[in-house]
Amino acid sequence: MKRFALPLGIFLILLVFLGIGLRLKPQEIPSPFIGKPAPAFTLTQLHDAQKSFSPKDMLGKVWVLNVWASWCAPCRAELPALMALTKEAAIPIVGLNYTDTRLAGNKWLASFGNPYQLSAFDSDGKVGIDYGVYGVPETFVIDKSGFIRLKHAGPVTEDDIKDKFLPLLKELSGG
Amino acid sequence: MIPELGNLALMLALCLAGVQATLPIVGAFRNNARWMALAGSAAAGQCLFVVLAFASLITSFIQNDFSVAYVAANSNTLLPVFFRIAGTWGGHEGSLLLWTLMLALWTLAVALLSRQLPRATLARILGVMGWISIGFLSFMLFTSNPFERTLPGPVDGRDLNPLLQDLGMIVHPPLLYMGYVGFSVAFAFSIAALISGELDATWARWSRPWTLVAWMFLTLGIFCGSFWAYYELGWGGWWFWDAVENASFMPWLLGTALIHSLAVTEKRGSFKSWTVLLAILTFSLSLLGTFLVRSGVLTSVHAFATDPRRGFYILIFLAIVTGGSLALYAWRAPKIGLGGQFSLFSREALLLVNNVLLVVAAGTILLGTLYPLFLDALNLGKISVGPPYFEAVFVPLMIPLLLLTAVGPFLAWKNDSIQAVLGRLRWLALGAAVVAALALLVFKTSVMVAVGVMLALWILFATLSQVVQRLAHAPAGASLLKRISRQPRSYWGMVIAHAGIGIFVVGVTLVKGMESAQDASLHVGQSVTLGAYEFTFSALKKIQGPNYIAARGTFEVRRGADGITTLHPEKRFYTVQKMPMTEAAIDRGFTRDLYVSIGEAAPDGAWLVRVQHKPFVSWIWAGCLAIALGGALAASDRRYRMGARKRAAASPPISSPVHSFL
Repeated sequence: MKRFALPLGIFLILLVFLGIGLRLKPQEIPSPFIGKPAPAFTLTQLHDAQKSFSPKDMLGKVWVLNVWASWCAPCRAELPALMALTKEAAIPIVGLNYTDTRLAGNKWLASFGNPYQLSAFDSDGKVGIDYGVYGVPETFVIDKSGFIRLKHAGPVTEDDIKDKFLPLLKELSGG
Repeated sequence: MIPELGNLALMLALCLAGVQATLPIVGAFRNNARWMALAGSAAAGQCLFVVLAFASLITSFIQNDFSVAYVAANSNTLLPVFFRIAGTWGGHEGSLLLWTLMLALWTLAVALLSRQLPRATLARILGVMGWISIGFLSFMLFTSNPFERTLPGPVDGRDLNPLLQDLGMIVHPPLLYMGYVGFSVAFAFSIAALISGELDATWARWSRPWTLVAWMFLTLGIFCGSFWAYYELGWGGWWFWDAVENASFMPWLLGTALIHSLAVTEKRGSFKSWTVLLAILTFSLSLLGTFLVRSGVLTSVHAFATDPRRGFYILIFLAIVTGGSLALYAWRAPKIGLGGQFSLFSREALLLVNNVLLVVAAGTILLGTLYPLFLDALNLGKISVGPPYFEAVFVPLMIPLLLLTAVGPFLAWKNDSIQAVLGRLRWLALGAAVVAALALLVFKTSVMVAVGVMLALWILFATLSQVVQRLAHAPAGASLLKRISRQPRSYWGMVIAHAGIGIFVVGVTLVKGMESAQDASLHVGQSVTLGAYEFTFSALKKIQGPNYIAARGTFEVRRGADGITTLHPEKRFYTVQKMPMTEAAIDRGFTRDLYVSIGEAAPDGAWLVRVQHKPFVSWIWAGCLAIALGGALAASDRRYRMGARKRAAASPPISSPVHSFL
């Protein structure tokens, strides 16, 4: 009668693999941008169309670029983690407001909190394309000489801050 | 207010599902008639509340209530009302609600149309369906609530994914889900039979029409998806072996095996435990498909919002439903018995081979779909498995299957003589081979095309000859119409579905083997030739749609001196989602489609244009529709309705008005 239990056996093995699969992230493809200079751009700032921002302004500093949009629900979810990051590491976070409108973006910051030193306004998403953004939010760590050292796809969690961001930021700032 | 009502309705539906899942099953165990009778009322109440919830969500969409997060993510004030309604099932949460709605409707249909079943059996069946419903309702309420609010809501919504703003995509998910969910009926019948240990020919007869209807819907759903991909994705492909497509194709293959093995169980009493296993696996694969699509374990062109918490929930659900039923199977199936004996050359034996081939085909697809996951889980690297694998393993399995499709109907049950069948079939085989050889020599086709054409003709010839033979057996002087109507509808269903397979194979073979395409960079006024056709890019116009802007090209198609048609492909830009879309223009024909799509414009004003000639592609769609029609005809066979009537008359205490649309 063992043969009647065979389907159950096969299914249990399958279940184990699916369970492991859940903890993997097929989206986490090694980014070709790691170790490359951050692509240059000049954009106006979200809160003030008269001012502009360019990654060149940040040379000599370790900083974080976070791609966000007002229509993006996970961006709202990662706000507390980003706030914690600014508090614990004293590292500037620059927002890249991606395919959004000024009105919606500023309103969003006013309602939910603003962890950013400033946000660059990428209304047509062209800068996002240069950075290989395929989903919002995405977060980059850029070192003092303007090289991308880390790319994180999806919302940043408190654990990510502790395990991934803080050690790297410490190492980059110290060196 | 309305979203809160919807939310409340979902909670009440969950409570009723709890009642439906427990009391009737316990009642069947204790022979308590009142508890058993609760199943039907609970199912009806649950259906009412789910319908109410669905109506609330539609209302929120129509009213542009963007404080509901799901509406904000999938709609926009500029979106036409028609698409706003369709947006209800355009995303994850709404699809789940649609799924649950389908399940509630199927359950209600079972409750209403199966009053001829013994009370205990019906109570168990509805109870099992109640468990499935609990799974989906709590999944929605705890991880994916479509009615969740974000306050303050945004001024305007994010718009519906432009890919989904199309009629084909509006009807695709409901049809597909009707199929997936419909298999839950056969599943529930099987589990009920395993619980009670009573499994006989009447069980197969009850399950058959439900399974056929579910299978027909799944066929139509897959057809819609493929038809949509062909014209909407803009490059003329119709099947991509994408993980999500595979997720719908695997239950179809197993469902096909199931309807054939149910036939054997009904007619001959054989294959019982096998049929039960197939029913469990078919529905499990429908659930697994949901898991793969919704959990994000596999990447796919179907970009759904994924969330590991949801994946974990579905995994647990899958473990309970499939693991539980397979354990029940391992425990109870040995008691079911094997049923009637048959010889090596009989219809049963052939259908067994059919089943094995279909199950192996589904298995190879499952392996290919999950292989990247296995490797990743074992830390052996990230890979993707593409169409070459699937074509390499799937086609060799289909060739013997197609050969046997033609033979099956000629064979008698229990035992037949090889000589007699060969005698009837050899001229048909020769005819198909001769035409294929001609194709090879005269039209210089590839060997694969010749083989495909041969298989298709083999099926079509054999099916036709079987019909002629069958119609000849009638009282002398009977009119043709009389002869046709003498045969049961299930017979005509089989004939049409098999012929549909033949037609489908013609289409697939000729498109794959003979299609041609040409890319060109054209200014207005220039033209490109493809074979005998000349496509002239005669004009370009800017147009303004409700939520997009578009460049619309005009292409005059000529063949020699004859004007054939004028085509208008578009390049659209959806302004809210900032997403470009290619709207291909197609001139459909009986023997070929002409397909024009425009891509990007170069700075010098030239447009990237792709023109394609696709021979016999309409035959693919015609074949699918014929297969689905066959399923519908078979499901409407008189004996299912007669059976219902007879049993109802035979057992007065539970007799009921006759419901006869199945």
